[in-house]
Amino acid sequence: MTLFLVAIAILVFSGLAAIFFANRSRIATALGAGGALVGCVLGLEPSFRGLFRASAESLQLPWHVPGGAFHVQLDALSAFFLIPIFVLAALAAVYGGEYLLAYRDTKTLAPQWFFFNLFVASMALVVVARNVVLFLVSWEVMSVSAFFLVTFEHEKRDVRVAGWIYLVATHLGAAFLLAMFLLLGRQAHSLDFDDFAAVASHLTPASAGLIFVLALFGFGAKAGFVPLHVWLPEAHPAAPSHVSALMSGVMIKIGIYGVLRTMMFLGKPAAWWGPVLVIIGLTGGVLGVSLAVFQRDLKRALAYSSIENVGLIMLALGVGVWGITSGHPTVAILGLAGGLLHIWNHSLMKGLMFLSAGSVLHGTGTKDLERLGGLMKRMPRTGVAMTLGALAIAAVPPLNGFVSEWLIYMAMLRGGLEFTGVSRTALLLAVGVLALIGGLASICFVRLIGIVLLGESRSSEARHAHESSGWMTAPLGVLAVFCVVAGMFPRALVSIFSQTVEQVFGISAGDFTATLNSPQSPLAILGMLNVIVWSALILGALILLVLHKNSRAVADATWGCGYVAPTTRMQYTGQSFAELMVTRLFPKSLRPKTSIVAPQGLFPSDGKLATEYPDPLSCGVYQPFFERWAERFAQLRWVQQGKLHYYLLYFVVVLVVALAWVVFRGWVMP
Amino acid sequence: MNPLLDLILVAVLLLNFVALGASQLRTVIHAVALQGVLLGATIVVAHSTVTVWVIVMAGAVIALKGVVIPRMLFHAIREVVIRREVDPIIGCIASLLLGGVGTALAVLFSKTLPIAHEHIGSLVVPAALSTVLTGFLILTTRVKAISQVVGYLVLENGIFIFGLLLVEAMPFLVEIGVLLDLFVAIFVMGIIIYQISQEFSTVSTRKLSALKE
Repeated sequence: MTLFLVAIAILVFSGLAAIFFANRSRIATALGAGGALVGCVLGLEPSFRGLFRASAESLQLPWHVPGGAFHVQLDALSAFFLIPIFVLAALAAVYGGEYLLAYRDTKTLAPQWFFFNLFVASMALVVVARNVVLFLVSWEVMSVSAFFLVTFEHEKRDVRVAGWIYLVATHLGAAFLLAMFLLLGRQAHSLDFDDFAAVASHLTPASAGLIFVLALFGFGAKAGFVPLHVWLPEAHPAAPSHVSALMSGVMIKIGIYGVLRTMMFLGKPAAWWGPVLVIIGLTGGVLGVSLAVFQRDLKRALAYSSIENVGLIMLALGVGVWGITSGHPTVAILGLAGGLLHIWNHSLMKGLMFLSAGSVLHGTGTKDLERLGGLMKRMPRTGVAMTLGALAIAAVPPLNGFVSEWLIYMAMLRGGLEFTGVSRTALLLAVGVLALIGGLASICFVRLIGIVLLGESRSSEARHAHESSGWMTAPLGVLAVFCVVAGMFPRALVSIFSQTVEQVFGISAGDFTATLNSPQSPLAILGMLNVIVWSALILGALILLVLHKNSRAVADATWGCGYVAPTTRMQYTGQSFAELMVTRLFPKSLRPKTSIVAPQGLFPSDGKLATEYPDPLSCGVYQPFFERWAERFAQLRWVQQGKLHYYLLYFVVVLVVALAWVVFRGWVMP
Repeated sequence: MNPLLDLILVAVLLLNFVALGASQLRTVIHAVALQGVLLGATIVVAHSTVTVWVIVMAGAVIALKGVVIPRMLFHAIREVVIRREVDPIIGCIASLLLGGVGTALAVLFSKTLPIAHEHIGSLVVPAALSTVLTGFLILTTRVKAISQVVGYLVLENGIFIFGLLLVEAMPFLVEIGVLLDLFVAIFVMGIIIYQISQEFSTVSTRKLSALKE
């Protein structure tokens, strides 16, 4: 615990120290990134120990804040989330040091490092906080520091808009959390998490359900559950890439942590929770991946893919909870294992994808798919890392994404066998939906990889792209290796989640590992298969290499089959690749908005074509809603006089009215 | 009930009227500085046992409220050359009258407030309320940025007096109050006065309405 607190302190103080070197970008970077790296590495050790310990380590210090106590506890659930936080943050810090230096002539980097380190420290504090005040304070620090990280390039209008959308969304979520904690606190007569768990048995089903729904809204806004996801596709592209990697890789998972922690407070889950989580997961998965398929902005597509993956995680956890409430432990264990494994896997793969997208952005200066292309030749290391990440996210066999999705399939199919009645049909239908999600995800990532890395460059920026330096490609390499290794040893990886599952869901660690090693889930064989596939691939590559050495091919254009002078006009564009699916499969509301002015007449003048990619929910629901309210509030404009004295007068009036109310109440009800 | 404390609070109340009625900025600042010194003294008086820490706290309050902030205010008057009159929106007599009404109301209000038993009959709550109201009165009726700072200081003094109720139970709040003073000193002086005189070449807050959307 001491080591953990030291790590947090290093993070905070190195960030503070960086502030003092506002004019010396290199020193600020060294202090900020170095401090983050040291802090994260130190924090990893207690986190790993926490993962295996049955009894939690806790610390309680007195705190002057009313209702608050500095109560932190490192249990298996906290440790489960701390590890991805620290691993990804350490890599993102190394990467970000180099990534941000490109801006050093135009911007001060010190505040960015201050907020980065504060962001990491507050995320770590959120998952260990065991007091409502401490939790909410860390939660707010996390949200607000992320806001400042997102608005790094605040001179751009899109970035400012994205920042505001994020800030509004996160605060709406926090409002739900406040309501939830007030409800829990009133029941428990305390603001300490330990006391919440004690009152679980006294809660009526209605109030437990209300708390659960509030948690879904409050934490869901952070995790990106549809329809609360609208900030993700705005904020992720706007943020610097290492920040998007951290936000998408771990911050949205903190929302899932919140849901799991709330379920711990509430004790035995009610029967309807599992299906609700499954529905949340399926809608998130389908909507996220459908919108990811045709996005033109590389990072925006990745953001939608994050919504999809959070959907998959919730789907798996939902199936697990459903298994618990309906008394099918095998289904429960497979579902929970799949969900938890996917949380870790997604941190690795999405971190990898965002960091390589950042490397592309760094090397070419654009993230517009229609201006990229042919980068495999110019940025080989980034290209290989990105391909591995895409294969992993698309759940292609020898990588880690496949293993967790396979567990989710197993859980659902087993549920289809064991459940009865309507839930059986529903779950089997959901398997079909999951398959649809998987198919769309493969199309999405084939498109991203194909358009960005293969073919001819579509612009001069892409033609003159340069590979990023080792500071940026090394973290990519580390994450890619993690993705490969995690795919090879799934059984070992999943079995270290046993304490977490026991603690949150009350399934004993022994049962958990036993079921996963049983013939019903041949995880070991799966890992072995992945090893075999890798060996075959490497062997094949070696054979090809040897053969290639003997027969040296000569470049010859005579029979070029039309590719003698390849131009970008011969290849698929990002849009045309997705065109068939978008126009044939998707309902109109999901499609990108295209406005065409067709050339007309015998001597046609110029035509026009413009395509926009708005989020169907934000432009169909939220925008009209907020605009209507903005109109109503505009009628109150006369209150804003622009004179300080008037505003102060408002204060006095409110104060006097409040005092008068107290006095009046005293007279009426003595 | 603490007769010495009440005596000091009566002086604080009288200084409120001086701050409201004086026509010279210089007098107003002197009044507020004296009020700050008296408040520092109240910390010592309000504690039943006087420790070194209490003395340090009181010293810090006196130094900040009584010396540092007034000096900065005088410095500001000299630096951005402004006329030395108060320049109120409503006249001095009217302000005094309003202040009197406010104080009377404060005494009435405090009778009906649900206060802990040991504080009933003491002047702490009426003095706090009336000082807060005086602060607001200065803030709303004076034009110059420097009077706004003075108004804010008086308002803050009122909040500080409220803190005396909790001085034994929650010393933390009083310490935070000292920090708030530092905040005033740096924030208000640095930003508001400097910026206003820079941007508008005047220190009247009336010009701030140019920022209205």
